[in-house]
Amino acid sequence: MRELAEKFTQAFGPSGNEKEIRDIIKKEIKNYVDEIYVDNLGSLIAHKKGKGKKLLFAAHMDEIGIIVTHIDEKGFIRFAPVGGVYPIISLGQRIQFGNGQKGVIGVEFKDIPRDKIPPLSKMFIDIGASSKKDVEKTVNIGDMACFTREFVDLGKKWVSKAMDDRLCCAAIVKAIKNIKKTVNDLYFVFTVQEEVGLRGGKTSTYSVDPDLAIAVDVTGTGDTPKGFTMAVALGEGPALKIMDYSIVVTEKVKTFMKKVADKNKIPVQMEILQFGGTDAGAMQMTKGGISSGCISIPTRYIHTPGETVDKDDVEKTVKWIVSLSETDISKEGFGNKK
Amino acid sequence: MYLEKLSNLTGVAGYEHKIRKYIKDNIEKYVDSVEVDPMGNLLCYKKGKSRKNKVLIAAHMDEVGFIITQIGKEGFISFTTSGGIDPRVLPAKRVVIGNNEIPGVIHWKPPHLTKKKDSSIPVISNLIIDIGADSDKEAEKKVSIGDFATFDSKFSILDKNIMKGKAFDDRIGCSLLMDFLKEKSKFSFDIIAAFTVQEEIGLRGAAVLGEKTNPDICLVVEGTAAADFPRKEDEDISIFPTLGKGPVITITDKSIIVDRRLIDAIVSSAKRNKIKYQFKQPNIGGTDAGRIHKSRTGIPSAIISVPARYIHSPISISYLSDYKESFKLIKASLTDMLKAVH
Repeated sequence: MRELAEKFTQAFGPSGNEKEIRDIIKKEIKNYVDEIYVDNLGSLIAHKKGKGKKLLFAAHMDEIGIIVTHIDEKGFIRFAPVGGVYPIISLGQRIQFGNGQKGVIGVEFKDIPRDKIPPLSKMFIDIGASSKKDVEKTVNIGDMACFTREFVDLGKKWVSKAMDDRLCCAAIVKAIKNIKKTVNDLYFVFTVQEEVGLRGGKTSTYSVDPDLAIAVDVTGTGDTPKGFTMAVALGEGPALKIMDYSIVVTEKVKTFMKKVADKNKIPVQMEILQFGGTDAGAMQMTKGGISSGCISIPTRYIHTPGETVDKDDVEKTVKWIVSLSETDISKEGFGNKK
Repeated sequence: MYLEKLSNLTGVAGYEHKIRKYIKDNIEKYVDSVEVDPMGNLLCYKKGKSRKNKVLIAAHMDEVGFIITQIGKEGFISFTTSGGIDPRVLPAKRVVIGNNEIPGVIHWKPPHLTKKKDSSIPVISNLIIDIGADSDKEAEKKVSIGDFATFDSKFSILDKNIMKGKAFDDRIGCSLLMDFLKEKSKFSFDIIAAFTVQEEIGLRGAAVLGEKTNPDICLVVEGTAAADFPRKEDEDISIFPTLGKGPVITITDKSIIVDRRLIDAIVSSAKRNKIKYQFKQPNIGGTDAGRIHKSRTGIPSAIISVPARYIHSPISISYLSDYKESFKLIKASLTDMLKAVH
């Protein structure tokens, strides 16, 4: 699991640039599924055939990043955010473009007092180039980059960039390999462009038209000094999403997911996220409405290069996905469309 | 070019009927069929030499403007905005209200009556339209609550190449689509030209287009904000659309990350046909493409725009040369765009 998590989180892939991570995932699962295809927006859809109703799991492949907006004569690069990039964690970070070109984020020190957080518009990327021409050999307007930071194993806890949401991609991949019987018709979707507005989740769900769709994503925790007011902590098990800014999970879906967790002795925390959304929100609003839920892996310091998780939570998430996959959802009232 | 007529017509989100009628009356004879969908979008169908593929091109008919909310005892008329308007452009501007285009002016105190150093920003709920009525009864003969209003600006040519008028966002796109439909040349794919409603208040008309038309690709044609004003040397550190530098290609905006294959196709057809082009600042604004590309299982969509200064105000300025270059680029790039995704 750790190797998979490291390989996935370290890959490059800001929104709209998911090719590298998509190829990695494809290679990893192709021998475990019956068919695999890429939709028009770039989401990877894997199908493990079963005779039952359609059950879909989804995690997003994209990570937050930056986009180049301007290159000045001296070779400094200006940028705008792709997804929720906060100035407070951006300064001094290292970034990398799709072609491997690296750089560091600097700031206009002259106008910014040391005790103030500068806006992103006062920051720039330095790739060590001496002129605009020099930059344009590797980087052009419109190119995207992601933050870089290595994977660290702290024993029970893991730290990396892009745990959001590659860790959940890894959990789904691990689950695909562990599933023994396929009573349901299973779809595993690795979506694109979640960080900029749940875009890939919408189109891929339209294409599959599942009877039950479950997103797997990270969520915040309330267990750090003066953290969010939130009853979710690291190491207490995966979270069952009740509500966030994009979705209110229906009673039927919540009850089913909790029942399966209880039966398999998986401890579950209740998640109410007072900001942010996940692909589940877009999935629920597709076509005539799709029954949708969300499994969340508790994560500290989301949208920083130091996203921190508990490995037991990850293992239990995998177990939950496998248990849900192996439970016949037609007997739980899903897919009886009239 | 239909821009003069289109620019002078009035119609905000939900009240696009005049524009729709004008386009329908003038374009029906050049296409195979037309249809108005339940949202009010006007769809024009033109068959290709082959019926295998479908290309959707879209421009929105609505403009930013106002909705009348209240008629006061003294005959003054309160309003709210429809679409994004900076309240600082409103005071002392001429407007026309409703289907009968009742003229009025938005009030503002002259300097004589203003306290010194009053540099407050106008608040829309405090502004009123004066149509010269001396009572509510008088005003209600001409204006009703719920009427729409727009800026009262007439199209003109400032110089051979310089066009001035209101609502270039997006009547300029409507005009380009009409010119395109009028062309005799037949493509090897079906064309659906959509003139959409309610873009300015949240891309609403376009929300139903992808589901209904199910095209292979989509191109949205827009009038976009030129940002080539006087500025301090280090004030803006972003690329920006400039008048005279040709059609503007979007890389990303708040509503879409454009499929790189489409951008590359547009750029290569521009280069091959020696058409000027420029890029829009990443991450600014949003267009109908934001809705369309997320429809169904995903519809690869791109945006080509004509740069226009001072959009969302009473007056915009654009170059005819940019209009013509944009027309050439739209015509040249559709086939390449379709190839790029197949």
